[in-house]
Amino acid sequence: MGIFSQFVAKIKGQSTADPQDWQELEAELLGADLGPTLTFEIIRSAKSIKGDDAIASLTQILNSHLSAKPRDLIMSNDVTVVMVVGVNGTGKTTSVAKLAAYLKSSGNSVVLAAADTFRAAAVDQLQTWGKRVGVDVIAGKEGAEPASVAFDAATRTKELNSDYLIIDTAGRLHNKSDLMAELEKVKRVVEKTLAVSEVLLVIDATTGQNGIAQAKIFAEAVEVTGLIITKLDGSARGGVALAIESALDIPIKFIGTGEGDTDFALFEPSSYLSGLISD
Amino acid sequence: MFDSLSSKLTGAFTSLRSRGKITSSDIDATCSDIRAALLESDVALTVVEAFIEAIRAKSLAALPTLQSGTNQAQVIFEIVNTELIEILGGAGRRVRFAKNPPTVIMLAGLQGAGKTTLAGKLAKFYADQGNTPLLVASDLQRPNAVTQLQVVGESVGVPVFAPEPGNGVGNPMKVAEQSLAYAKTKLYNMVIVDTAGRLGVDTELMQQVIDIRNVVKPDEILFVVDAMMGQDAVRTAKAFQDGVGFDGVVLTKLDGDARGGAALSIAKLTGKPIMFSSNGEKLTDFDIFYPERMASRILGLGDVATLAEQAKKAFDGEATAKLEEKFARGDDFTLADFLEQLEAMSKMGSMSKLLGMLPGAGAMKKQIENFDESEIVRTKSIVQSMTPLEREDPKVLNGSRRARIALGAGRKVQDVNSLVDKFTAAQKIMRQMRKGAGMPPAMAQGMGIPAGMGAAIGGHQHGGQKGQQLAKKKSKSGNPAKRAAQEKG
Repeated sequence: MGIFSQFVAKIKGQSTADPQDWQELEAELLGADLGPTLTFEIIRSAKSIKGDDAIASLTQILNSHLSAKPRDLIMSNDVTVVMVVGVNGTGKTTSVAKLAAYLKSSGNSVVLAAADTFRAAAVDQLQTWGKRVGVDVIAGKEGAEPASVAFDAATRTKELNSDYLIIDTAGRLHNKSDLMAELEKVKRVVEKTLAVSEVLLVIDATTGQNGIAQAKIFAEAVEVTGLIITKLDGSARGGVALAIESALDIPIKFIGTGEGDTDFALFEPSSYLSGLISD
Repeated sequence: MFDSLSSKLTGAFTSLRSRGKITSSDIDATCSDIRAALLESDVALTVVEAFIEAIRAKSLAALPTLQSGTNQAQVIFEIVNTELIEILGGAGRRVRFAKNPPTVIMLAGLQGAGKTTLAGKLAKFYADQGNTPLLVASDLQRPNAVTQLQVVGESVGVPVFAPEPGNGVGNPMKVAEQSLAYAKTKLYNMVIVDTAGRLGVDTELMQQVIDIRNVVKPDEILFVVDAMMGQDAVRTAKAFQDGVGFDGVVLTKLDGDARGGAALSIAKLTGKPIMFSSNGEKLTDFDIFYPERMASRILGLGDVATLAEQAKKAFDGEATAKLEEKFARGDDFTLADFLEQLEAMSKMGSMSKLLGMLPGAGAMKKQIENFDESEIVRTKSIVQSMTPLEREDPKVLNGSRRARIALGAGRKVQDVNSLVDKFTAAQKIMRQMRKGAGMPPAMAQGMGIPAGMGAAIGGHQHGGQKGQQLAKKKSKSGNPAKRAAQEKG
């Protein structure tokens, strides 16, 4: 059920909504993690809508909060390098594997770089995934310098002339400036060999308003080009992603909806919006 | 964590404090500021509404009893503080140990909440207290979760029971069952069962964790939750409560800047206490959760009690005993003591984390996160350039002595002056604190460290002033309404 469906149903045939309806809508939007800022903005612009054109008006209002940037992966003429970044536990490694499976299924050659050398067994986890989806994983030792692993991976992928290199990085809280500096270094070092076309920030759908701070600071450090929203198969609505698009103009590119390697899809704004409003 | 919430609330109170006489419309305005701050902090809407209503009612009730001139803002502040503590779970609770060992602790939660890391931290925490925990790898689902637990176990020196390789192979219920028998024969007194992450809506996996529960009959089921979680925290917590059930909550990733409203929501709506918190990547970054400390932190009062405990851990027993004795005798805290503490401190490493617990820390978050650790070395060098007499009694420090010290330390005279000034201020606070009746000596002793450190390092002015505020907070108020609020807290 979309977060607006009840509201739309209620005001159908009415000239406008009554205070109770607005309050319920506010609760619904806040409950979906859109956050107070976006919620109040949406409600302000929705005040003028009439019952019968509610769906069209709401779609338009929400559309105006979505990013206009392209949602397809930006391709490079050389190897397309995708860095996957985010805070701890959002599902970066799983998303890297799913993205690899997704790209491979359309006939691309993909190499993974295990640059999370910090978390215990993260390299093993990616290697297990690599075997499962049938792509090569370039790894250093646990505790190795992540930038050096990424550099090696870039050099080797260039030689192999693969279509994609996806770099898994260690989870880091965005308020740790040393770890953010480390991430900047990984990007810098890779770019000595290959341009980084995409930096995808993984946001857990259960994340609250802190997601905005995450996106802001990661974007400042490594120019985030898109979002992957994970764990959308749970009860969380992931509304913070909308708040991020609205506040920072970073487009959602992919969504993760389960633990299998195919539980992954391109983000479709139109079907997403109609799901929110009328389903 | 909670930084933004605390800075917003602090803002609301600062504007309240600037009024001479508070009216009911001031209270309404403050309440609406607090409401926005709590929503921004991901506190569940229902909890926010209840909280605001309670604050409004109590504040309005307190208003007429206040004489003009009393610090009305302080009274409201106390009401908010008390209410926060109540929501966060009142007095904390400790893990219940089984009459017949092993004590079984089972972890449950969403994917990525931090269960496996937490299992290691929990094991270390109890092993350090003389227990013999056994870690059990019952997450056979996530690729290489078993390996991760083994690595974690090895680094904390706790054995890991992992008969199955995982990655989808093996039965987690059987592993848990076998671990109990194993623990009994090998005489482990504690079993910590790591389980796979699962969504609240996944009934199949929820059944699996219920099955594990029925087999191991845990003494404690801990629900592990990411402090960054949003409004879904409530739905998820409810789903786990109705599914596997849990006895306590563990908050992870508290070292982030998340506002942590999930903590408030879960505690309020499930009625289960938050028992532990986890706040860093190192396996020692873990502590018991203290609601009153967290409330102080939310309100920007700092977390001096935690700091005191951390300090106690870091300082060797002999030095601590010496200092305690000194305090008992009523001797002053001297630069020599300060130097000893600096040395112990620099062994501890993460100065920025310790400073973060100081009163008023929220206001200087950025500086603290990027604290220049070499500042300690520079401060040390100044004290080391002093004679024993100067260290005992900084009053003798005349111009020529200061010039000599600056030369010896390779610093400017201004640096020496500023250190001495701040130290003197800190010393004064410590004297006041000692006078404050009813403070446990361990705490007073512990507080001496942050007060000295806070004032003398980093060049900020907050140490003295905020310290006084704290000392003041400890004394009983003469105002009946205020005192009632304090006693309730």
